[in-house]
Amino acid sequence: MQRGWFARRSPAERVAMDEMNDAWVKCNGCQQILFARDFERNLKVCPRCGHHHRLSARERIDLLADADTFVERDAEVVSADPLGFPEYADKLSRGRANSGLPEAIVSGVCNLSGIPIVLAVADFAFMGGSMGSAVGEKVARAMEYALEQRLPVVICSTSGGARMQEGLLSLMQMAKTCAAAARLHEAGVPYISVLTDPTMAGVLASYASVGDVVIAEPGALVGFAGQRVAQQAQVVKPPPNFQTAEFQLEHGMVDIVVPRKELKHTLHRILRFFTGG
Amino acid sequence: MRTVLDFEKPIAELDANIEALKRLTAEQGIDKSEQIAALEQDRERLLREIFRNLTPWDRTLLARHPQRPYTLDYIRAIFDDFIELHGDRQFGDDGAIVGGMAWLNDKPVMVIGQQKGRDLKERQRRNFGMAKPEGYRKALRLMYLAEKFGRPVVTFIDTPAADPGVESESRGISEAIARNLREMMLLRVPIVSVVIGEGGSGGALGIAVADRVLMQEYAIYSVIPPEGCAAILWRDAKRAPEAAEALRLTAHDAQRLGVVDEVVEEPLGGAHRDPLAAAQRVKEALLRHLAPLQKLSVSKLRESRYERYRNLGVWRVAVE
Repeated sequence: MQRGWFARRSPAERVAMDEMNDAWVKCNGCQQILFARDFERNLKVCPRCGHHHRLSARERIDLLADADTFVERDAEVVSADPLGFPEYADKLSRGRANSGLPEAIVSGVCNLSGIPIVLAVADFAFMGGSMGSAVGEKVARAMEYALEQRLPVVICSTSGGARMQEGLLSLMQMAKTCAAAARLHEAGVPYISVLTDPTMAGVLASYASVGDVVIAEPGALVGFAGQRVAQQAQVVKPPPNFQTAEFQLEHGMVDIVVPRKELKHTLHRILRFFTGG
Repeated sequence: MRTVLDFEKPIAELDANIEALKRLTAEQGIDKSEQIAALEQDRERLLREIFRNLTPWDRTLLARHPQRPYTLDYIRAIFDDFIELHGDRQFGDDGAIVGGMAWLNDKPVMVIGQQKGRDLKERQRRNFGMAKPEGYRKALRLMYLAEKFGRPVVTFIDTPAADPGVESESRGISEAIARNLREMMLLRVPIVSVVIGEGGSGGALGIAVADRVLMQEYAIYSVIPPEGCAAILWRDAKRAPEAAEALRLTAHDAQRLGVVDEVVEEPLGGAHRDPLAAAQRVKEALLRHLAPLQKLSVSKLRESRYERYRNLGVWRVAVE
């Protein structure tokens, strides 16, 4: 019905409609139509229901890093196709096109409210933020650099887990990133892990869970097994908030759930606890 | 009930014929030794031929073979004594991970492994070898105990995956695995892991961070089960054999990728055809790898463990 109505519009009218559509967005949480400018200004959090929509890595870096302080590192480390896995090369090109990034995580140094830190941020648009060798390498290098410079580390994860297309090599990135985290742990270099929607499986079961402090964004999907697998395996019925940030908070797996507009300030307060005199 | 895989059927037929002839000899005193010898030769030739041409999917089925020796079978066959220790001191005792004190040629070692069940009842009790958080926490507790008294750690890997259920999620399955990955990296005593069956993803790795990783010839080690991979790739779990190929999950693949240090040969036809011989080979490999590790200083040991994992992975350097 609506389609027919739309089809009757002239091309010029249709362009006008598209522009109008750009001015509006639909909330994934409450399905309400929102004014795009308000939505952007509110950091992609729905002003009506509070649903936190995903941010790109660049958007999150803008949110957390002081203006013009972010200097990217290890941008040249990108995925190869070590197993010659079916369709992987195509998926990598699509990931690059979708995200505008060379790899699923961006890392570097910056100031956060004046405190120098190492910051790494994953991007879901690049193959679901999955961890292959390149992501593992970039996380390990970020942590090693932080250890060398004795800078606190903040990593914002968003990931479906280990990247299937690199097989065992992806699995081993869990051990590799935890190895680097182990050195930070021993040296007393602070590491704050921020779980954003979604943080799952091989990433949650490795570096994302061993932060000195673990923060999650409201409503983020945070869990081990895919929902389908978890429910199939189940004798116990999952609660309605199963595998959300709030569920993990309730079960003692997350320190704080922090709304996006308070994230930078909260990180600053935590960093001051660790590094302040 | 014995399970016979499709590609094992011709062998099983010969097994049955040989068995029948032997019974005839025993019961009626008819000498059939010539025929038996001929059939045994046939069987050996057939075994060699079949096992030379195994596909990755055949190997997956062998790794999951219901008659394959499990962790406790290896512990009994390899070690002189074993005192099983239970519980994580926080929540409970997980039957999917066993562990305790054992003696390897009179040398005390801490042994830990995932344990599957033989019959329906035991399978349920062991949750099909899928460990819960308390299993990983028990394993870590035993590793700390080994560290405290300077004993090396040996782990046996045989699990389809960590338990994916609501209970495990509620008690922090991800945290339990992640903590083990970090703490095993820092452990001050040698660790040797042996993949004896299914190396199922993070659930396997949760007790498999080691100075040396050994893998039996027909074991598998994978980031995802082939069925799950096929379901994601082609929306068709029945294409698992193709996925098994793509995932490079065989022992020799794992060795080529640098994940595994040594492939431990199995008796002809697989470990289940001669469990004691299989265990003997694992024992020899363990002794061979543990000895040099025990001579290393703690800092050397941990440094080389770090480098071992730090160097895993293949990426490329993009040119602008």
